[in-house]
Amino acid sequence: MILEALAFYVFSGILVIASLLVISARNPVHSVLYLILAFFNAAGLFVLLGAEFLAMILVIVYVGAVAVLFMFVVMMLDIGPTELQQGFLHYLPTGGLIGIILLIELLIILGGWHFSPELAKTVGAPIPPLTKETNTHAIGAVLYTRYIYLFQSAGIILLISMVGAIVLTHRRRQDVRTQKISSQVNRHPRKTVELQNVEIDKGI
Amino acid sequence: MDNYLQEYFPILVFLGIALSIAGAIVLGSLIIVPQKPDIEKNSSYECGFEAFDNARNKFDVRFYLVAILFIIFDLEVAFLFPWAISLGEIGVFGFWSMIIFLIVLTIGFIYEWRQGALEWE
Repeated sequence: MILEALAFYVFSGILVIASLLVISARNPVHSVLYLILAFFNAAGLFVLLGAEFLAMILVIVYVGAVAVLFMFVVMMLDIGPTELQQGFLHYLPTGGLIGIILLIELLIILGGWHFSPELAKTVGAPIPPLTKETNTHAIGAVLYTRYIYLFQSAGIILLISMVGAIVLTHRRRQDVRTQKISSQVNRHPRKTVELQNVEIDKGI
Repeated sequence: MDNYLQEYFPILVFLGIALSIAGAIVLGSLIIVPQKPDIEKNSSYECGFEAFDNARNKFDVRFYLVAILFIIFDLEVAFLFPWAISLGEIGVFGFWSMIIFLIVLTIGFIYEWRQGALEWE
C-alpha cells in the first residue's frame, strides 16, 4: 500500500516537472522529449488507477506516433532557440492575463464540482471490478454494440483525416519517371522480341 | 485491486533498476573522471571534420504524410484489441460492427493507394 502511494507521488511529481519543462525548455526538441517523459508518467498514473488499456494505448499512440508528429512539426517549422525568445516581454501582459483568467475559471469549476450521491445507480455502464474482468474486456463489451454510433463515427473521422492529409500534402510530380510494374509484367515476348533470319553477307 | 497492482510490481522493479543504472552512469562519469575541458575537447566532433550545417533544415512534407497515415492505422489497430478479446460476448452484431468500421477504413486505404500516396518516386 505504501509502495502504491510512493509510486503515485513519484509518477505525478515527474509528470508535473516534465510538463513545466515542456513549456520552459529553450530548445523545442527538448520540449518534445520532456513531453514524451510526461506521457510515460501519465501512463504510469493510469496503471495505478486501474485503467490498463488506456495506459498502454497512451504509450503506443501518443509516444509512438503523436510525439513523432510533434517532432516533425518542430523540425519543419525551423525555429532556432533564439528566435523563440524574441518578443517574450511584449506578449507577457496579454498572455499572462489570459492565463490568469483561465486559472480562475478552472478553480471556480473545480471548487463547485461534486459527484451526486446517486451517480453510482444512474451511470450508464458501471465499471466492473478488476477482479471480475479486465479493463480491456469491459471496454470491448460496450464499445462495439452499445456505443456503435460513436464507434462508427470514429471510423468516419479517421477516414476523413486520411483523405484530408492526402489531399493537402500529396501531389504527383510530373518530372519523375516511375516504374510501372504491371506494364512490365504484361509485356509479351512476341511483341518485343523479333527473330530475323539473316542471310550470309547481308544486313537487315 | 491489490492483486492487480502486484502483477505490475516487476515492471516497477525494472523501472527502478533502469533509473538507478542510468543515474549511476551519468553521476559516476561526472564524479570519477577528471574534468579538464579545453577548446578542442569542447568543439563539436563529427567523424573528424567540422559539422557542415545546422541539423535543422526543412525537409519534404511527404514524410509528414507518411507519419499521419501511420497514426491513423495505429488507431485502427488500437480499436481491434478490445474487440478481439471480447468477441465471445458481443456476438454477431459486434463482429459486423467492427467489419463495417474496417470497410470504411479500407476505402480510405484504397483511395490512398490509388492516389499514389504510398509510392516514393
